[in-house]
Formats: sequence, C-alpha cells, structure tokens
Amino acid sequence: MQKISLLVGALVIGIAAAQAQQKTHIDPVKVDAAIKAAFPTAPADWALRLTPDETMKQCSASHNDPAKNVAAAIVTREKASIEYPADGNFIGDWKKGEALAQNGYGMRFSDYPPARPNGGNCYACHQLTKKEVSYGTLGPSLLEYGKLRDFKPDAVKATYEKIYNSHVALPCSNMPRFGANKILTIDQIKDAVALLMSPDSPVNKGQ
Amino acid sequence: MKITHHIAATVFVASLAVAPIALAQDADTEKAIERYRQMLKEDPWSNPGLLDADRGEALWTTARGPKNVSLETCDLGKGPGKVDGAFAELPRYFADAKKVMDLETRILWCMEQLQGFNSADLVKRPHPGGGQPVKELGAIATYVASKSNGMKFSAKLDKPQEKEVVALGDALFHRRSGPFDFSCATCHAAEGLRIRLQGLPFLVNPEAAKKVVGEWPAYRVSTTHVMTMQHRLYDCYWQMRMPELQLGSDVSIALSAYLAKNAEGGDISAPALKR
Repeated sequence: MQKISLLVGALVIGIAAAQAQQKTHIDPVKVDAAIKAAFPTAPADWALRLTPDETMKQCSASHNDPAKNVAAAIVTREKASIEYPADGNFIGDWKKGEALAQNGYGMRFSDYPPARPNGGNCYACHQLTKKEVSYGTLGPSLLEYGKLRDFKPDAVKATYEKIYNSHVALPCSNMPRFGANKILTIDQIKDAVALLMSPDSPVNKGQ
Repeated sequence: MKITHHIAATVFVASLAVAPIALAQDADTEKAIERYRQMLKEDPWSNPGLLDADRGEALWTTARGPKNVSLETCDLGKGPGKVDGAFAELPRYFADAKKVMDLETRILWCMEQLQGFNSADLVKRPHPGGGQPVKELGAIATYVASKSNGMKFSAKLDKPQEKEVVALGDALFHRRSGPFDFSCATCHAAEGLRIRLQGLPFLVNPEAAKKVVGEWPAYRVSTTHVMTMQHRLYDCYWQMRMPELQLGSDVSIALSAYLAKNAEGGDISAPALKR
C-alpha cells in the first residue's frame, strides 16, 4: 500500500514537473536571439551586457534556487573573482560609505560619459540607519549589522567578500556583484564595509 | 524558495534587536504612501492622462501620414476600426502580420501599413522625456486602452504562436543580464517588496498582476506624462543597466504578453494615475 502511494506520489510529481516544463520550455537560443535583436542601439562595448555569464545562466535557469552541486560550483567560481585590498585593511571611511549608500548613480545608458563615480545605492534595497526612513526591502535590514556580529575580524572580511561578490555568501543572491562587475572600486567597497562594521557608524550606534 | 527563506531568516535574526521600531516605521511609511495614492484617486477627472486619450482619439480619426488616411480601418483584432474592447484582448496573433502583437506594436504596424509612416522613424525616440507629453503613438495607445476601461483582461493567448510568445516572456522575465545581474524577477517575484519607498508589484502572482497590469498606459505624476507599457518596460531595462529596449521588439511584445497572461481576468482601468 505504502509502495503504491509512493509510486502514485512520484507519478504526480513527475506529471507536475512535466507540466511546469511544458509551460515554460523555450529554446535558450531563441531567448538569446530575441535579446540580441531588442537592443539595436547598444554600443559595441556593451555586448557583454546582453550575454549572461555561467553563473547568471545557472541562476536564471533555476529561478535563483540552484541545486546543491550547482550552488557549490557558483561559490567556487565567484570566490575566485575576489580581489582583496593590497594592505589587508578592509575598513575605510564610514562617512564616505553612507554617501555611497545614498547614491544610485551609474552605468545606466543615460549615465555616459560618467559624470562622477558610481554609487552603491544600498538604501534602495536595505534599511541601514534609523535616520534614513526611505529604504527598500528587497534585501534584509542591516541595522546594527556590525554590532550583531561583535565587530569580529572574520565578519569584517566576510562583509567585504559579500559586497565584492554576493554569490560567495548566497549563490544566486539578488544583490549585484559590486566588485566583480566593477561597479564599485576596492576603496569604495572598504567605505561600505566601514558603514556596516565600524562601531562608530550610525548603523551600529542606533542612529 | 531557498533565497526567500534565507532572507527571511536573516531579517528575523536582524530584527530581533529592533523589531518594534522597524515594524512601526514600515507601517507609517506604507500608510503615508497609501494616503498619497488615495488623494490621487479621489477625483478621477483630475487625471491629465484623459487629455492624452482625447488627443489619441483625434489622431486616430484624422487623415494623416504620406497616404493621408485615418486609422479608422486599422484592425486591432476585433475587425477594422473596432476600438471598443480591443485592448482587453491584446496581445494576440495577427495573421496579416504573421506575428503576435501588443497594443503599441499593432498601432505602429497600422501607422506604417495604412498611413505610410516609416516605423523605423517612429521607434527612434518613441518615449517622452520628463515633462514632455506622451508621443503620438502613445496617445493613440492611451485612447485605445481607455476604450477597454472597466473591462477585464481576456486575451486568449492559446494559439501556438501566442503560447510561444508567453513562454518567451516568462523566460525573459527570469533572465538575469547586465552588469547588475538584474532580471524582472529581481524586483517582481515576491510580495510586499520596495525600492526605497516605492512598492513593487508581485507580477508573477496572478492576483497581484491583476491589480496593476490593467493600469497601463498610466499618467505618472512624477514625470508629468502618460507612460505606456512599452515605455514602462523600457524604463525597467534602463534601471537594469541594459541598453535601450526597442519599441515593438520581440522582447517587449513577449513581456507584455506574459504580463497580460498573468493578469487574465484583471480589471482594466487605463489610464490610471501612478506616483
């Protein structure tokens, strides 16, 4: 009896999976061709923006829920992208970090030629300080981020890595790979780390 | 839903220390935004988008273009010149064009085929900048959509060509691209999310899609013009750090079709008022 219900269960799952696949199946070649044709004014050096890398492909295909082995491969691959500060110091200036968190400038087609350095736009998705009430909720609240981690050196390094390449901490994370994709410089990432991990930052002082 | 869980767990841990304040703040913020929306809705005739619908009607009935004819023989799917309820059944497959088309792509097609306009010129700068009124094509789209106001989305999308376009839209919705790794799903695949204070509709969910997809074309208070669905998608790709999405491209049609499918049965209230 148990065997039968197991079999029926497997069949139901099989049918559901087949239906789901039938509903969404489309040849990836067609998707790529559609994308290529849809942006005819793209500058030549933007070709890469139309072509997803291996990690993006795996995340898109799994709707950001990769199988265990795929997730492990993503972590290994993305970890290799991280460049560390030459002097081994991960913490910059939290005041610059706060300005960076407020600033959403950069890399849109209307932002060329660049008028100023790119922003990190952290507040678009995260709560960081109590003072700033205009924050998004796509990412978790980061209030007291450093304090909750006792400002430990390991956590400082992990924070740097997470901002540099979020997929190291969470494969298929929604967060941009700020360092790996050259959105922010190493110094800018250090400033963002300072905002999160400095004891005197408003993030940790409950301000 | 690993990520959702992960985020939920992180939020939970992070919120242990600050939960009461953060939650109260969230509630206040939401309330303030809702009040603002309510003020916009209270007087429907204050909607400047209706002026564009009128302008679009005049453009529809006026003889124009190199061939100097009106659009009154344009077939939007319910027969030549039938505008009432046509938008509610779009996108659909058009045998004459051998293509699935959304509202704007179909109007563009009619402007080229019937009136002799050059569509390459029309798609060059198809959307208004901040403060400028919606362009002619957009005004006509606003007029046509307004003639389905009060109806429900009922595009069948059951022909093989239509099913393929919806599937393409689904794949595109989840396709991460550009230097920020964003897809439509980054912002629109979960409930109750915001960018800063701006709420993000959960477009994968039919109940949520039904509430918002039928609002476009919509008058946008922040940019003081009507924004069409094609313009809305163009703006999303701008935010995603992608190049300029071409009006009438297969990508724009497929995403419109995917949204219309998700919003099936939802009310059409175009042009609505948006932030």
